Amino acid sequence: MKAGRRRIDDRFADLVAKGRTGLIPFITAGDPLPGAMVALMDALVDSGADLIELGVPFSDPMADGPVIQHASERALARGVGLRQVLDWVREFRVRDDDTPVVLMGYMNPVEVHGAARFGEDAVAAGVDGVLLVDCPIEEWQAAEPLRAAGLDQVLLAAPTTVEPRLSAVCAATRGFLYYVSFAGITGADGLSPESVRERVAQVRERSAVPIAVGFGVRDAGSAAAIGAFADAVVIGSALVERLAGAATETDLCHRARDFIAPIRAALDCRR
Amino acid sequence: MTPPTAIEDFHAWPDAHGRFGAFGGSYVAETLVAPLGELARAYDTLRTDPAFIAEFERDLAHYVGRPSPIYHAERLSRMVGGAQILLKREDLNHTGAHKINNTIGQALVARHMGKRRVIAETGAGQHGVATATVCARFGLDCVVYMGATDIERQKINVYRMKLLGAQVVPVTSGSRTLKDALNEAMRDWVTHVADTFYIIGTVAGPHPYPRMVRDFNAVVGREARAQMLAQYGRLPSVLTACVGGGSNAIGLFHAFLQDRDVRIVGAEAAGEGIASGRHAASLSAGRPGVLHGNRTYLLCDDDGQVIETHSVSAGLDYPGVGPEHAFLKDAGRASYVGVTDEEALAAFHQLARSEGILAALESSHAIAQAIKLARELPVDALVLCNLSGRGDKDVHTIAAREGIAL
Repeated sequence: MKAGRRRIDDRFADLVAKGRTGLIPFITAGDPLPGAMVALMDALVDSGADLIELGVPFSDPMADGPVIQHASERALARGVGLRQVLDWVREFRVRDDDTPVVLMGYMNPVEVHGAARFGEDAVAAGVDGVLLVDCPIEEWQAAEPLRAAGLDQVLLAAPTTVEPRLSAVCAATRGFLYYVSFAGITGADGLSPESVRERVAQVRERSAVPIAVGFGVRDAGSAAAIGAFADAVVIGSALVERLAGAATETDLCHRARDFIAPIRAALDCRR
Repeated sequence: MTPPTAIEDFHAWPDAHGRFGAFGGSYVAETLVAPLGELARAYDTLRTDPAFIAEFERDLAHYVGRPSPIYHAERLSRMVGGAQILLKREDLNHTGAHKINNTIGQALVARHMGKRRVIAETGAGQHGVATATVCARFGLDCVVYMGATDIERQKINVYRMKLLGAQVVPVTSGSRTLKDALNEAMRDWVTHVADTFYIIGTVAGPHPYPRMVRDFNAVVGREARAQMLAQYGRLPSVLTACVGGGSNAIGLFHAFLQDRDVRIVGAEAAGEGIASGRHAASLSAGRPGVLHGNRTYLLCDDDGQVIETHSVSAGLDYPGVGPEHAFLKDAGRASYVGVTDEEALAAFHQLARSEGILAALESSHAIAQAIKLARELPVDALVLCNLSGRGDKDVHTIAAREGIAL
């Protein structure tokens, strides 16, 4: 691994150069087949993913809807823990040293492992960033050791994020800003591309940081609608739901490709 | 760890960010930061507003039935053969527990903020009933989230909530108990932030809840302190109360925090024993972590996953604890000890037979601890125990445990 790589910045620079909208799939680490996670990550990249958000399973995912809650419960029931999640990233990095990986999860696993150790272990495995759902800038200090270890801390902005916090969030986030398209939980209905467009325009006035939009993106149509103005779209619950029934690695990778490829095509033909 | 001498004024906490030393704070999803800020500002204005305080006190007097008496459990004390056991009778409040102090307060805040819809989580159902009660009284819509397992063990309270016009939503995720009900209530709130007020039932959750819920329950300790001076001419040697999330305990303790000669002991649910692993004693056996919006002591595994807790009392069956208790523990101002299911049940029976009072199973943990403390102290010492709720709701649970079909 090359020390000090900034894979997220590099990837967004590359997307800008190519005039492409980024595609960020979210998967829950260890679901549905813990033995096939690296193959799944490879399949996502092969079919058009630009960055992978890897959900670290947590017992109490307060901001997630039923689809990701259940995925998290299934992974935990199979004994998936942080060590395995990092092992999968390390194995993924053997073949892919360019696609950024962001761990998405909650504070408690970070606290219990110790933020400094969590950060060092994640960087050593090849993780590029963290997105901590329950760590807003008010608790910025708690995540300082993660940033000190070299991880980009991606912050979220929501429809309820107003000034002066919005500018503070835009200034503090690293890698990109994750804009939550509506007030709700992951996987819910409530996406209104027009209102998101206005909000994203407001965010752009404050920051040059790339903006990824997530929550409520389900398919090629909604991805293209959001991709018309966002730098990247995040797609999570709909993908996790599609993958959930896979029985074999081959089946799992097929499902991933069948799901991602048309979204990639819809994002690309728009430009 | 903060040495005890370092804290000059325990009443000065939390700070403006809701932190009690290293604990508390506001670890929430971005969407909730603004509504929590709005709530904190509204509460900050109201808590010193004489009209709001008068409104709150009027309801405590005429609706709740305050002040609750301090009762000298003479026969029990004689049987134990040590110090005198005094009971702060929160079980005599309307709805049968201390919980109503907080729900009245928060419902008044909701009304001032113009919110028409109230949500709540509940474990044993006491907070759900107290919330449904005040919503009926103030004409607010009420939705209560309750773990499917708890719904099974607390059927009477479920029906009470429905009689009061609340909608009870079963929660089937996770361990299907209080912590999962809290998660689900948070999900509801994040989805309906504009018109919904979340009445949290304990001194946990993100800022300003630990402070606000404490303030509304602190009437218990303020009354008790004045009653002790009036009735006995002195403060008690020791205070005790049960601690799940810890609202009745902090309610009693808070007014006494600067009375350094008054010992403070919290009784946590040790379930089948701390060594068995089947318990809910987060302060005695947990470690610092983050759950439900605050940093506190938690029961979780080495990977940070919150573990399933066990207690005979649903109201103590919670893997976290209010951050102020974590702070008081680390500061050395209060100590926290485990009381097992068996000890709590024995205390339940002993109080029933000696004093004619059926205590809630939660409060029976405090009674058991009061008995232990009284045994160690001279006969003229005073042990003040918070009898936080009445036991009618637990009669079925106790009968079932003892193999009796009703």
